[in-house]
Amino acid sequence: MRVSYNWLQEYVDLKGISPRELAEKLTLSGVAVERLDVLGEGVEKVVTGRIEELVRHPDADKLQICKLNVGKGELLQIVTGASNVAVGQVVPVALVGAKLPSGMNIKKSKLRGVESFGMLCSGEELAIEKKLLPENQQDGILILPPDTPVGVDAKEVLGLNDVALELELTPNRADCLSMVGVAREVAAVLGSEFKAPGLDLVEEAGSIAGQDKVTIEDAELCSRYVAKLIKDVRIAPSPAWIQRRLQAAGVRPINNVVDVTNYVMLEFGQPLHAFDYETLEGREIIVRRARPGEELVSLDGQTRKLDEEMLVIADAKGPVAIAGVMGGLHTEVTATTRDILLESAYFNGTGIRRTSRRLGLRSEASMRFEKGIDLGGCLRAAERAAQLFRELAGGKLCQGAIDNRAVDIKEQVITLSLSRLDRYMGAPVPKDAAVSILRGLQFQVEDRGEELVVTVPTARPDIALEEDLIEEVIRIYGYDKVPVTLPVEATTQGRKTVEQGLEDLVKDIMVGSGLTEVINLSFTSRQMMDTARVAAGSSLRKAVVIQNPLSEEQGILRTTLLPGVLEVLRRNLSRRVKDAAVFEVGRVFRPEEGAVLPNEPLMLAVGGMGFTKVNWAQTRIPYDFYFLKGVLETLLDTLGIKDYRFVREAENPTFHPGRAAALMLGDRISGVIGQLHPDVAENFELPPEACLFEVNLDLLMANANLQKRYESLPKFPGVERDLAVVVQEGVTAERVREVIVANGGELLREVSLFDVFRGKQIEAGYKSLALSMRYQAQDRTLTDDEVNSLQQGIADALARELGAELR
Amino acid sequence: MREQLAKIKSQAAVAVQEAGDLNQLNEVRVKFLGKKGELTQVLRGMGGLSAAERPIIGQLANEVREFLEQQLEDKQAVLKEGAKARQLAAETIDITLPGRPVLLGKRHPLTTVLDEIKTIFLGLGFEIEEGPEVETDYYNFEALNLPKEHPARDMQDSFYITAETLLRTHTSPVQPRTMEKKAPQVPVKVIAPGKVYRRDDDATHSPMFHQVEGFIIDKNISFSDLKGTLLTFSRQMFGEDREIRLRPSFFPFTEPSAEVDISCIMCHGKGCRVCSGTGWLEILGSGMIHPRVLSMSGYDPQEVTGFAFGMGVERITMLKYGIDDLRLLFENDLRFLGQF
Repeated sequence: MRVSYNWLQEYVDLKGISPRELAEKLTLSGVAVERLDVLGEGVEKVVTGRIEELVRHPDADKLQICKLNVGKGELLQIVTGASNVAVGQVVPVALVGAKLPSGMNIKKSKLRGVESFGMLCSGEELAIEKKLLPENQQDGILILPPDTPVGVDAKEVLGLNDVALELELTPNRADCLSMVGVAREVAAVLGSEFKAPGLDLVEEAGSIAGQDKVTIEDAELCSRYVAKLIKDVRIAPSPAWIQRRLQAAGVRPINNVVDVTNYVMLEFGQPLHAFDYETLEGREIIVRRARPGEELVSLDGQTRKLDEEMLVIADAKGPVAIAGVMGGLHTEVTATTRDILLESAYFNGTGIRRTSRRLGLRSEASMRFEKGIDLGGCLRAAERAAQLFRELAGGKLCQGAIDNRAVDIKEQVITLSLSRLDRYMGAPVPKDAAVSILRGLQFQVEDRGEELVVTVPTARPDIALEEDLIEEVIRIYGYDKVPVTLPVEATTQGRKTVEQGLEDLVKDIMVGSGLTEVINLSFTSRQMMDTARVAAGSSLRKAVVIQNPLSEEQGILRTTLLPGVLEVLRRNLSRRVKDAAVFEVGRVFRPEEGAVLPNEPLMLAVGGMGFTKVNWAQTRIPYDFYFLKGVLETLLDTLGIKDYRFVREAENPTFHPGRAAALMLGDRISGVIGQLHPDVAENFELPPEACLFEVNLDLLMANANLQKRYESLPKFPGVERDLAVVVQEGVTAERVREVIVANGGELLREVSLFDVFRGKQIEAGYKSLALSMRYQAQDRTLTDDEVNSLQQGIADALARELGAELR
Repeated sequence: MREQLAKIKSQAAVAVQEAGDLNQLNEVRVKFLGKKGELTQVLRGMGGLSAAERPIIGQLANEVREFLEQQLEDKQAVLKEGAKARQLAAETIDITLPGRPVLLGKRHPLTTVLDEIKTIFLGLGFEIEEGPEVETDYYNFEALNLPKEHPARDMQDSFYITAETLLRTHTSPVQPRTMEKKAPQVPVKVIAPGKVYRRDDDATHSPMFHQVEGFIIDKNISFSDLKGTLLTFSRQMFGEDREIRLRPSFFPFTEPSAEVDISCIMCHGKGCRVCSGTGWLEILGSGMIHPRVLSMSGYDPQEVTGFAFGMGVERITMLKYGIDDLRLLFENDLRFLGQF
């Protein structure tokens, strides 16, 4: 809503309050002023002038020499290139020394040898938006009405000595979509008097009774329909004052009839529609739902297909308007219209919203109906418009009005307990202040001691509960007067759940392992799944689909974090960041058959490419399979998960078939780790060595065990022995370890692999593994013989079971 | 023999003094005190002495030996000290070389700020609750006093999954979910951090962002408690000299409602580019929980009251670190993430 400061003064006294102060006070009491538009800002020394003489420039075809009366006796000579000027017109004249909003300074000049002392102005040059000018004035010099006085400040004449307040209204304050509503609010905030617009209704034509009939067939979508009949109007441009007010409010003047309906809509918030009475078949109005197959050519000339969800205004023959949204072309008021049937109705917001969405039509009127208008105000607005039709268009008003109501119009009566008000506020609010605030808002207040019985005007349908009244009082009393206290309650414990604590721990381990956290959007696309080569039959292909995505790339919700992590690596590499190790913790979305909501498991994904930072002290460590596996093992160990295994995973198309593994918790697959499949690396333009893993944190957390139990330190020294064996390539480190553990007995406490060697002295197809073993007993020092025999047993078993040879 | 001993003593003393290192010193020891050393030779000749002279010469020889041993020991200490000092000097390193790099990643700045917010409210006795990101229309709207076709639903253009489910547009649905679980128990003090989604994508809006919802329900919770709690939070989060300002606003799930501004963290209220000259920064929305919201989820609004608030984590993060472009937060450029 755009509010003209000058216009507002008609309803409330603003003396001593600047537009800026008013904006500040309104904002702090709940009607936010988004910005102030100082109209005519930057326009200086522009006056009105009448063109007295006009001759062609002797040396230039396109220029004319004007002589203007600017109220100084002497005529002013100006050379102009404008083509729409004629003798006798009054136009805005920028004098020498004038300033224009474009930054232009007007100086004395010579055009092709002829002196010029100023410039004739167009609307745009005075910063009047083109769309606010009547159609015939949008191009060329602005032509003012012929009776405009000459030599006066053009800003005054054009209504540019005004400030428009652009309100940012919350949805509950539809009452402030009107000048009168804003004025009520301003009056309450400033504590000044509200002056309702007067009504001076002269009805000199015959009664409306018998000349028109209104039937509301759908009481659900139309609660009230008021009609007034006005005869013998003469369509013409509106007088300047109404044009200026409309322009200040951001509405383009059209003609007197349309301008009046717009003016009253702005004044009272009641959308109005004027029908050309002669064009209504059967002299009747039927408010009903459209019938299947019905069509209407709307005001903009388009043929609209209607359906049964839409409310229409129909005459005896068929629809003449889409109720509350747009009128029909056939019944439109035209230059030859004589009699007007004026509609002032209350249409249900939900219905209007639906229709307006379906047709893709939104107007000032439909927007007001959607937000809710004053059910009690329809007749009043119709009468106000009728009065203006008479004053501005010479119309003769028929006596009375048709006022069909489908519902009772009742004012809400709410009891406000003053002690409850104080408890809400946290401090006493003086009763006088509460009463005067409510009365300032034009509520009726009956003082019953501890309670106030408040009658709420129909213009404020947002006030329905005692708490609503409490808000009205506190916001105008001032939120700054609310004291500062802390809740006094039984002690509560601030704490995290086990899972929240574990999530923090997971992030700690990731960051501690050198990985940087990324956060991706939850959206992805089928295309992205293809790029990451998610298997065609994989359950990950079953995604939650968004009905109204912003784009196809964001059409579904992610079922895995991996494509997002790949995209992060790609983006960084494209920005020449070659080394990256990142992790993301986030939910993925997996539809579940028969459930309303999808599963949202919490996942951890890690991606790496390149190496650790270059440094002088040591070689760089690659972010490869074994780096990531180390991170994952650290995580599993820290979470106290014992029963896990990695098994070869050759079937996952995202990964290199020989360099990927599944993480098994018990017999459940809980994650996947591997080097990228070369095709995936190519798709994302990544180095082929890049690696990823993803694990289901919900599963990890369910298996986590952070309970620790102290074990006494060994009292007797342990013995360490090394062993190097040569085995075939196909024998895994895990198998070697298993055989060692199985044959080491309970004295074998620790086995660590410290070297894997291929090459010189090792036959092709074989590898050498070097392991270190620690033996320890709780109750004695081990003898060499004991340890030697265990070592021998291990070596024999390795030879027997794996064909290993001792080196 | 006396003369011989005196000569050995003085010659040896000079030799000890002249020894430049431990090897030379050892040579001196061998030369005079070794098995074939000069003193030993002299002592071997003692057999030829008279019985009367033998003890005298013997004592003298012992004195000379003790003297020399002391001399050698002292000199050895000096030489060792010198050798150690030379070795240490030779072992000098360039202490300006950088240390071996420790692998340490970074948390995303949004996580860091979320953690900070959580820590503050944990300290104030709040629990942390979570809810699903795909939510039912009921919890996202209806239970929050936003019935179907309510015009305020326009405020939050939603991503729909089905007619009845959508990506949650705020963390507020955790409010009715928690209330249903806890009613009629009081006090309830909960924050609910998480991802939320709105159909907006431009320089200042991301279709996914983070919020923290918080609420308290108890007997006699007042608007002033809301102000006090949020003032405490603002000061812990943004500095002890922060002031807050409440502005009336509208949320369907609170009544009365307020936007909360903090005094600008850049200019401290004087007005600058960050606060668009107002001196204030809007950081959260809040209000007293609407009686309908309380009653729909099982609390009697005549018995208990409550307040709720919600804040955008991106905005707070951007303010805190001076980040001027929202999109940086989701581009995951390591050169950006590495700065925090």
